[in-house]
Amino acid sequence: MTEHTLKPVSTTPFMQAAEGAGLLRRFLWNFTDTWIVMRRNLKQLFRQPQLLIFATIQPVMFLLLFTYVFGGAIRFATGGDYINFLLPGIIIQTIIFASTNTTVGLSVDLSKGMIDRFRSLPMSRAAVLAGRTVADTVRGTITITIMMIAGYVIGFRFENWGAGLLGILLAIAFGHAFTWIGATIGLYVKDPEAAQVAGFIWMFPLTFASSIFVPTMTMPDWLRAFAENQPVSVVANAVRDLMTGTVNPDEIAIALTWIIGIFLVFMPLSVWQYAKVASR
Amino acid sequence: MPGSNAIIAEDVFKHFGEVKALDGVSLAAETGKILGLLGPNGAGKTTLVRILTTLLKPDSGIVRVGGVDVLRHKQQVREIIGLAGQYAAVDEILTGRENLVMVGRLYHMGRRAANERAAELLAQFALTDAADRSVRTYSGGMRRRLDLAASMVAKPNILFLDEPTTGLDARARIAMWETIRELVSDGTTLLLTTQYLEEADELADRIVVIDHGHVIAEGTADELKANMAADFIDITVADPLKTAQASNLLGRLSTETPQTDEMRGHVVLAVDSGAQRIAEVVRVLDGEDIHIAELNLRRPTLNDVFLSITGEAIVEEETKPKRRGFFGRRRSA
Repeated sequence: MTEHTLKPVSTTPFMQAAEGAGLLRRFLWNFTDTWIVMRRNLKQLFRQPQLLIFATIQPVMFLLLFTYVFGGAIRFATGGDYINFLLPGIIIQTIIFASTNTTVGLSVDLSKGMIDRFRSLPMSRAAVLAGRTVADTVRGTITITIMMIAGYVIGFRFENWGAGLLGILLAIAFGHAFTWIGATIGLYVKDPEAAQVAGFIWMFPLTFASSIFVPTMTMPDWLRAFAENQPVSVVANAVRDLMTGTVNPDEIAIALTWIIGIFLVFMPLSVWQYAKVASR
Repeated sequence: MPGSNAIIAEDVFKHFGEVKALDGVSLAAETGKILGLLGPNGAGKTTLVRILTTLLKPDSGIVRVGGVDVLRHKQQVREIIGLAGQYAAVDEILTGRENLVMVGRLYHMGRRAANERAAELLAQFALTDAADRSVRTYSGGMRRRLDLAASMVAKPNILFLDEPTTGLDARARIAMWETIRELVSDGTTLLLTTQYLEEADELADRIVVIDHGHVIAEGTADELKANMAADFIDITVADPLKTAQASNLLGRLSTETPQTDEMRGHVVLAVDSGAQRIAEVVRVLDGEDIHIAELNLRRPTLNDVFLSITGEAIVEEETKPKRRGFFGRRRSA
């Protein structure tokens, strides 16, 4: 494409700005566009506070029910206060369930034509997805902050604040990786009602057949083989050890490998699907 | 570049499995003019708009917008076009102003420039009073105006409006026409899709009629209507057995052989001037003691255009009149 053929198009001031934009500016647009889309998604959240309230009540309720209903019985298996075992696990559960919002949010945007609008703009291709996944991760982070407070009230204590916060960061990174799985699913499912179900059904086996709620040692062998090696357990164990004051570099390394692996698969997959998705 | 074509599609094919959404469509929109893309539901209008606006890749064909190859330089095309789709694609939770500022920022305008442009558009589209209300509280017409405003944020020279008035009531539709006319008065090229002949007639400089993924006619509204009657009179006689008799009696009033449906007693006359002829219809039938159950005077519709071009009604419905091409004019390629 020569300069000459471009001439007729460069007639608006915005366009001239765009043509003059260097590679660096175009690269930076990935971030500014993501920021703008993320703000839009967060505004949506904060203007519908009931969404945030119910999204918070449910895991806090789980936390209380599990602690007081199962806690006494499970204490023997975990060899300590169940809250110390449960809280890190339930934080992992909460943050990965935030990816459901990504699935549903994207399918709603698709069905209402918002994605078409975004795709017709000269914006960063990845920003619609990144703005969504980052906003949902922020939302998940708000929820787990409230859960930490609830946990503190009913007796959870960090052994080591530095390690504890590192554990929470690891949990958030894992949750963010999962929002990209959620984005991929949302772009394939498209229909908002189907997305409601498709968005979380696949997470049940991952969260229950795991070390989130109970230790895996009482599970049958075949299930245990899965439960001990699947990413949710691997990350939950690393986070739990960090939050209770144990730093185990090997464990953290394996958890990080999973997180990076999920990013490497689902980020390109969802961006690719986004580029070709036809909303109707 | 006066006289050139801002939008060009050549031999565009797009099949979705068995469905031939576009089966070799070619069209061109002259710079600074309004091209109306007229066709029934499922004709391929939206598919073509999606291809022209970079949202969908055709199976084959050449597509150029503003001189830029759409298939090879998507981002460049996005910088020069505005698109308002079939459904008002605005965020319901955000306010009208926030929607426009967001779009401006995504065109990489500075914060101040985006704010100023948003205020300008809100005023232009008569949304200033509602600017800081959530879009949820907007009426259908207001949403469409906001959607249109969003497509105008970067002052595009080439605008695509996909059925901009579908779903609006008559008053909102006429207001929308006025808005669209003002928008393009400064030399913007507009491609507008519609199901309504009246709308294409009102707004478009040229009309392309498509059906089942094919262009079946094109020309100015006057050219398309040249062979078509000014008005139509729909008559239903009380006794369907008298349909043929009524049709014979009224034949001389009609510019074409009347269409009839003897099962239902329908007779459709194509006339030069409805107001004059309707009185004659009543006199003639009254004189022969044929009772009229229903009598309607109407303007030509898209359906009449289709009948005149293809000899077939758009929809296969039970009330469909006899298949008879009464003008038999096909597109001369």
